[in-house]
Amino acid sequence: MTAEFLSPPQTPSQWQPNRRRSRRVEALVRAICLMFAAISILTTVGIVLTLVFETFDFFADPFFRQALWLNQLPDLLPDASEAQLLALSDQIEAVDPTKLFDQTAAIGVEPPSIVAGFFYGLKRFLTDNRWTPLFQSASFGVFVLISATLMTTTIAMAVAVPLGLLIAVALSEYAAPQLRQVLKPVLELLAGVPSVVFGYFALLTVTPFLQRLIPPLQGFNALSAGLILGVSIIPLVASLSEDAINAVPQDLRDGAFAMGATKREVIQAVVIPAALSGIVASIILALSRAIGETMIVSLAAGQNPQPIDGNLGFINPLIPVMTMTAFIVQVSLGDAPHGSLAYKTIFAVGTVLFLMTLTLNIVSYWFVRRFREKYE
Amino acid sequence: MAASPSELLPPQPPVAKGPEFAGNLPQRYSADRLFQVAAWGATAIAIAVLGWLLFDVLSQGLGRLSWQFLTSFPSRRPENAGIVGALAGTFWVMIIVAVVAFPVGVGAGLYLEEFATDRWFTRLIEINISNLAGVPSIIYGLLGLAAFVRLLEPITGGRTVLAGALTLALLVLPIIIVATREALRAVPEGMRLAGLAIGGSRWQVVWDHVLPAALSGILTGVILALSRAIGETAPLITIGALTFVPFTPGCTENFPYFNPADLLRCPVNVVQSPFTVMPIQIFNWVSRPQKAFHENAAAAIIVLMVMLVLMNSVAIILRNRFRQKG
Repeated sequence: MTAEFLSPPQTPSQWQPNRRRSRRVEALVRAICLMFAAISILTTVGIVLTLVFETFDFFADPFFRQALWLNQLPDLLPDASEAQLLALSDQIEAVDPTKLFDQTAAIGVEPPSIVAGFFYGLKRFLTDNRWTPLFQSASFGVFVLISATLMTTTIAMAVAVPLGLLIAVALSEYAAPQLRQVLKPVLELLAGVPSVVFGYFALLTVTPFLQRLIPPLQGFNALSAGLILGVSIIPLVASLSEDAINAVPQDLRDGAFAMGATKREVIQAVVIPAALSGIVASIILALSRAIGETMIVSLAAGQNPQPIDGNLGFINPLIPVMTMTAFIVQVSLGDAPHGSLAYKTIFAVGTVLFLMTLTLNIVSYWFVRRFREKYE
Repeated sequence: MAASPSELLPPQPPVAKGPEFAGNLPQRYSADRLFQVAAWGATAIAIAVLGWLLFDVLSQGLGRLSWQFLTSFPSRRPENAGIVGALAGTFWVMIIVAVVAFPVGVGAGLYLEEFATDRWFTRLIEINISNLAGVPSIIYGLLGLAAFVRLLEPITGGRTVLAGALTLALLVLPIIIVATREALRAVPEGMRLAGLAIGGSRWQVVWDHVLPAALSGILTGVILALSRAIGETAPLITIGALTFVPFTPGCTENFPYFNPADLLRCPVNVVQSPFTVMPIQIFNWVSRPQKAFHENAAAAIIVLMVMLVLMNSVAIILRNRFRQKG
C-alpha cells in the first residue's frame, strides 16, 4: 500500500487503487469470519448430535433386549417347568448379548423386538433404584446419581446464596470505593481458583477438619464437597448480583431514605426487590454451574452410588455418594473400550446433565425477560 | 378503586410530638447494625476460606518445591516424582488452544460486530453463545470424545494433545468472542467513518484502524480465556488424557524437554502425542492414599496458581492500558 504513495503517480491509471482486489479480499475475509461465527453454532449442534446418537445407542444396546427377554420368559412359556425356564435363562445369559440375536433360532423362543428392548432400557434407566452399570447384574437407575448431584448442589446453594448476596450488598452498599477496589480482585482470585484445587482442599483439609466436629463423617462425603462447591460459586453469585444491585438507580434509594427508612430497610425493601430479576438469574446460573461441577465432587464426594431405598443412604450427606459428573470421570479414567455398555452409559448420563442445565438456562433467560425492571 | 387504606384501618391515635415519633428507632438501628455485621461477616468468611486454602497449599507444598520437582517425570516413589511431563503438556495444549481459538474467536467477533447485516443470524449466535456458556465443561469433554478422539481420529490421532486442545478451544471460544465484541464496541464510531470517508473498504478500515485500537482489549479476553482453560480438568479426563506420562510431547529428548521449535521440526510428534496436564497430574496425586503424594499435589498447585496469577497480571496490565486509550 505505502509503495503506491512513495513513487509519484505518472499516469492517472497508476494512481487508481486496486478496487477490484480490495473488494475480493473483503469478500474472502467476510466469508472466513462468517465461517468462524458459525463454529459456535456447530458446537451446539455437535453437542446435541453426540448426546442424542450415543444415548440412542445406549438404549438400543442388546443388553436391554436380553434382559427383557429373560424377564419375559415365564410369560412366553407358561407351560414350562421351573427347571426348564432356569436352563433356558442360563442358555440366554451364557451368550454375549452382542451376538445373542444371531443365535435366537437355537434357543427356540421368539426374542422381544428391538423397539421393545429400547423402551425397556429407558424404563430401567428411570425406575431402577440402584446404579451398578459395571457389575455383572447391571442396574441403571439414574436417579441414584441425580439424587447425589441434588444433595451436593443443595448444600452448595445453601452456602453460596446467602453469602454471595450478603457480599454483593457489602460491596455495593457498604464498602468505600478504596476498599471495594481491594475486595474485587480478591473475589476474582477466588473465582479463578481451578476446581481441582478446591477438590484438593475439600478432600484433604476440610473433611479432616469437619471430622473433628462430626465424628461419623466419612473420608468421602457429600457435606464437605457441597460446602466447598458452594464456596467456589460464591464469586459468581456475588459479582452478578452486585451488577444487578448497581443497576438500581440512586433515586430509588434516596426516595426511601427521604421517607425515613434506615439503610437496612432501604436495601431489603427497595434495592433487592428492584434488582430481583438479576439476582435470581445469578442464582440460577450458579445452580447450573454447581450441577455440572466435576472435580470437587469426584475428588471429595466419593464414588459410591447409594441405592434409593429405605436406608436413606441417598440423602445422607455424611457418607460417600456418586454424582452424575463423578460417574463420567470414573468411567473415563477406567478407559472404557469404545462400544462397551459402560462407554455408552456416560453419554446417557451426560444427556441428563445437559437437559438439566439447559432447562435452567432457559428458565433464567425467560425469568430475566419477564421480570426485568428497566430504569432510565 | 375501593376505599383508601386509611378508611379501612381502625382510627389511629393522633401522632404525638416526642419520642413516639421516633418509630422504634433504637430497635431499627440495631437491626441495621446486625445486617451490616452480617454483610461484612459474609465477606470475611469468603476471604478467610480463600486464605485458609492458600495457607494450606503453601504450608503443604512449599517444602516439596525444588528444581528436582520441576524437572522430573512422574514416579511411583513420591520423593522422585516431578511435573515436567505435565508442564510440557500444559504448555503445548495452551499453545494450540491459543493458535486455534484466537483467530476463530476474533474472526467470529469481527463478523458479529463489523460485517453482519443479518439481524436474525446475529441474534441466533448471541443466544447460542450465552447458552454455550452455561454448558458444563464435562459435556464439552463428551463432545471432544465423540468428535475429535473418534470421528477425526485420522487427523488428531486419538487421545492426543491436538484432541485435548481442540476441545478446550471450543470451551473458551465464547469467552473470546464476547471479549472481542466488547473491545470492538469500545472503538469510537468516528474512526470507522473517517476511514470509510477517505475511501477505505470496510475491511481496510477494520484491519488498519479498528483492530489495532481494540487489540489490547481483545488480548485481555484471550488471556482470561487461556487462564480458564489452563485449570480445566474434567473435559481432558473425559477425552482420555493420561495420568502417568513419563515423556513429553515433541522430539526434544533431553532437558528441558520442551522446545517450541518442535512445532516446526516435528509437528506431528507434538500434536499427536499422548499427554497429561497440570490439573490432571494434581488430580492423580490427590486421589492417591499416600500423604507424600498429597504434598506433591500441593506443590504442583503452587506452580499452577503462580502461572494463573502471572497470566491474570498480564491481563490486568493490558486492561489498564486499554482503559487509558479508550
